[in-house]
Order: sequence, then C-alpha cells, then structure tokens
Amino acid sequence: MDRYAKQRLFGLLARGSAALVVAVMVLVVSVTIFRGGRVLLTDPAIAVTPPGSRYMLEGDGGFLHAVLGSLFIVVPATIASATLAVSTAIYLQSDYSSERFSDVVNMFLNVLWGTPPIVYGVFILTVIIAVGAQTSLFFGIIAIGIFQYPIMTRYTDEALRSAPDTVREATYGLGGTRFETALMTLRAAMPGIIAGIIMGFARGIGDAATVLFTAGRSTRMPAGLFEPSTTLPVLIFDQAMSFNAEVRSHAYAASFVLIVAVLGLIIVSKLLAGRYARFAPGGRNS
Amino acid sequence: MEGSTDTAASEGRSRLGRRLLTERLSSYWLQGAGYFAIALFAFIVLALLYQSLPLLSEYSLVQVLASSNWNPAENEFGFLPAIVGTIYVTALTMVMGTPIAILAAIYIAEYAEGRTKTLVSSFIDVLAAIPSVIFGLVALIVVVPFVGDYLAPALGSGATGTGIFTVSLVMAIVVTPFMISLAVESLEALPDELRESSLGVGATKWETIRIVLLRAAGPGIFSAVLLGFGRVFGATIVPAMLIGGQTQLPSSPFSTGQTLPTLIVNDFGELMSIPLTQSALIFVGLMLVVIVWLFNFSAMLLRRWLQQRWQY
Repeated sequence: MDRYAKQRLFGLLARGSAALVVAVMVLVVSVTIFRGGRVLLTDPAIAVTPPGSRYMLEGDGGFLHAVLGSLFIVVPATIASATLAVSTAIYLQSDYSSERFSDVVNMFLNVLWGTPPIVYGVFILTVIIAVGAQTSLFFGIIAIGIFQYPIMTRYTDEALRSAPDTVREATYGLGGTRFETALMTLRAAMPGIIAGIIMGFARGIGDAATVLFTAGRSTRMPAGLFEPSTTLPVLIFDQAMSFNAEVRSHAYAASFVLIVAVLGLIIVSKLLAGRYARFAPGGRNS
Repeated sequence: MEGSTDTAASEGRSRLGRRLLTERLSSYWLQGAGYFAIALFAFIVLALLYQSLPLLSEYSLVQVLASSNWNPAENEFGFLPAIVGTIYVTALTMVMGTPIAILAAIYIAEYAEGRTKTLVSSFIDVLAAIPSVIFGLVALIVVVPFVGDYLAPALGSGATGTGIFTVSLVMAIVVTPFMISLAVESLEALPDELRESSLGVGATKWETIRIVLLRAAGPGIFSAVLLGFGRVFGATIVPAMLIGGQTQLPSSPFSTGQTLPTLIVNDFGELMSIPLTQSALIFVGLMLVVIVWLFNFSAMLLRRWLQQRWQY
C-alpha cells in the first residue's frame, strides 16, 4: 500500500470513528427520549404523583419522591460544595499560596477526581456506622457534595488562572487587599466558574453510586433532613431490572426526566457563560 | 476600632480597620479550604483503613487477595474472582475504546473544520455528561438482547446477554467521550509550525499525524488513556446493571462475573448482619482508592518521562 492510499485509509478510519461516536450518542439519547416519552405521554401524572404503598413491586403511584429527593439532595450539596470549591481555588492562586503548595493540593484534587464515586459512598457509610446514625437525606447531601468538590475546584482553579493578570494588578494598584483582589478576579473568571458549578451539578444529579448507600433508597416521600430518601438515578437503577413491565416503564420515564434535566443544564451553562462573559475583560470568549 | 465617625480621619481608620479585619478573617477561611482536599483524602483513607482492620487481622493480605472463594455466610473472603473480573472488564474496554477514542480525537483536532467541528465536539461533550445509569438502562434495552440473541450464539456461546463482554462494550461507550475530549485538548495545544514543517518536507497528512503530532501530544494522550482506565476501573453502576453478579472466576468473555465495585453493590444487603462482611466490603473500597492513587501517580511520572523523551 503506498503512502497516499494509507493516508486515505486512515482519514476514512478517523471519520468513521467520529461518526460512530456521534451515532452512539444519537442512539442513546433517542432511545431514552422515545421510550421515556412514550410512557410519559400516556401517563404524564407519574412524574408528579407520590409513590403508592407497593411501588417497587407493582408500580402504583409515581416517582415524585425521587424527583424531590434529587432536588433536595443535589441543590444543597451543590451550594455547599461550590462555596468550598471556590474558596479552595482562591487559596490556590499565587496571592495566597506558593507554587509548591498548590502543586501538592492539585495532585490530591486529581486523585480525588479520579476516585470512584462508590468509594465516597462507602466512606460516608463508614461515617454513618461510626456515629450510629441511619442513612438519610443529610448524608446523601454530604456524599454528593464531596463527590462534586474536586470537579468544581478544578474548573474554578482553571478559570481563575486564565483570568487576565491586568485585573489583579489594577486592583492591587488601587490599594485593594488580597481578599478584594480575589473578589475582582472571581468576577472576571465568572463564565468559567459558572460552567464548572453547572458541570458539578450535572454530575451530581446523575450519580447513583454515591447515594446508593447513603441516602437510604427509600420508596416514600422525603420526610425530613434525617429521614431516608432517594434520587432519580437510584430509582432508575433499582427499577431497570424489575420483572414487572409497569415498574420498568417508570424507569424509562424517570430516565427521560433525568436526561432532559442534564441536557437542559448544559444548555443553561452555555447561555449563562455567554451572559457572564461581559464581566470578562477582553471580549466574549476570554 | 472605636467606630466613631466624627472626623474624617477616624472614619478612614475604622474603614481600613474593617477591611483589614475582613482580609484577616477571610484568609483563615480560605486557608482552611485550601487544606480541605488533603484533609479529605487523608480522612477517607484512614476511615477505610480503620474499618477494614477487622478483616485484615483475621486473614492475611495474600490469603484474601489470592483466594477465589467468596462466601460471606461461611466467612470466606476471596477477592480473586472480583479482581479477575475487574481486570477482564478494564482490559476489554480499553481494547475496544482506546483506538476509536484516539481516531475520533484525530478527526476532531485535525480533519474537522468550522461548524462540523463545533457540532461534533459539542455532541461529545453531551455524551460525556449523560449519567451512567442511563447508559445502563439503554444497554438493557438494546445491547443485552443484541448480545444474547445474536452475538453470543454466533460465536458459539450460550450466554444470556448480561456478562463481561456486554459491560465492556457499554463501558467503552461511557469512557470514550471522556478520553476524546482530553486527547483533543492536547492535540490542539500543539503549535501549527509542527504541522507546517512536517507537511513542508513532504510528509503526507497521515504521516504528519502519526510521526509528529501523536508523539508531540503523546504525554497528554497517554494520561487521557490512563484517566480513562481509572474511570472504567471504578465504574459501578453500569457493571452492576449488566454483569450478572455471580462471584466466580469468569471462563469466557460472555460469562457473568463480578467486579470489585459491583461486589460492594451486590453484597450490600448482607452488610449489616455479618460484621466481617462489612469490613471486607470496606476493604474493597480501600483497594479501589489505593489503586486509583497508584494510577494517578504513575500517570504523572509517565507523563513527565514522555515529555522529556518526546519533546519538540
């Protein structure tokens, strides 16, 4: 085979691989949307009905408990985790810590990012056993928060690092303290930070392994902070392998809700990033 | 600060005082946050280690890792089937996923232009953000019947469709977009002079990619693959839905099995009743952390070494 034929062959292979990946993506999204959409169209009420008493066996009622559980777990977790993540990222900038220290912390953040979510679940479980509590909404929040923390920190750190130095220099030049300078840098880096927080939110809302053992896998409406609850991914996980077609159809409907939420979040993050880009000196994309 | 505001000077002083106080207090908070990542990691490892001590005091490490009997009710804790299953799944996934990921990354970075490029890369971003439980569900609808009804019989195996091969196929789909976006990033960071000078001395486009660009971006692509490795290794939900959950040494790619994370999920029900089981499953968590840590560390070293070797 001469070198030009080789070039054509590998060009085709590269195109083919990309086409394959896109085709798989279209397949996954459309199967979810069609299957779930069909269930939701015939019975839209199941997304807003509380579950019945024999929900996991016969599928009476709906999965409102999982929708609410997801919101009650992921929203507070994201808020807490984002606060901490932004603070860590600020501390990692050169104003506060040395190059060496931030390298070390970044290494730990990489390890935490790569840590399988199930490990966070098991870790929180050991804490639950140690303090003698029961699985509940509260521990679900903590587990998801820990899971989101490295993701958001890395995004925020990257956004702060790519913020233009002129902002920092100008603020110091006007006599600002380190904290005031950090706030100004934060503002300049806002598009990246918002994108990172929404990425963290999307990962948190889609993760099942962390909440599987910590939030309680309950089949009733969430009753309080220290009561068992469940989330959409856990519900899908439990119902997908059910022998009852009615129960399985609820998993399809729930996955429709979940995929729409995740895709919606991505679109929102793109829009918001564009909106906040006006704070960034040097144009829309800096 | 007195906080009195009768003269301009004292107002200035108290306002400065307030600002300095904010500065001091905020820096304590930020410092605490800065050490949080390290503290969290140390706490996780210590908590897992402490809780897995009961198992390790009862059996030796070699005994636990090399025994293939897993039967918590009889106090037999052999992790070998799960370890072999994990290696099987990870290897198969990487064999299927890596070439496609690298080729697709080459397409996006080197071939695609303009709107096609934006479109394809945003498709891949979306694919990377889809929760893994949805992949598991779609696989139960599409892949399991396909493997059970067509692929396994065609290859002369009587499998039902759930098993190691199915898990690997789906995990390849889950992990590919993640590797693609990291690989594209490192390919796009290369200076255009590399491409121009290689094409200028008469290399074809493919030769440029293979000989020049893949080496220059090599460290980045390697760490993309290793990070993908870590992802597959710790994947929980997809394997738990598709692997069949039988703790045995897998005999063929189509047989059912168990990976380390699915061991935790599937045997969780027994966790509270037998204390040693609890310890054993927490030990699995510890193993996962340690191995991921080793992966990350070796990725870092490898990256550094490759950067020296393939520098341009």
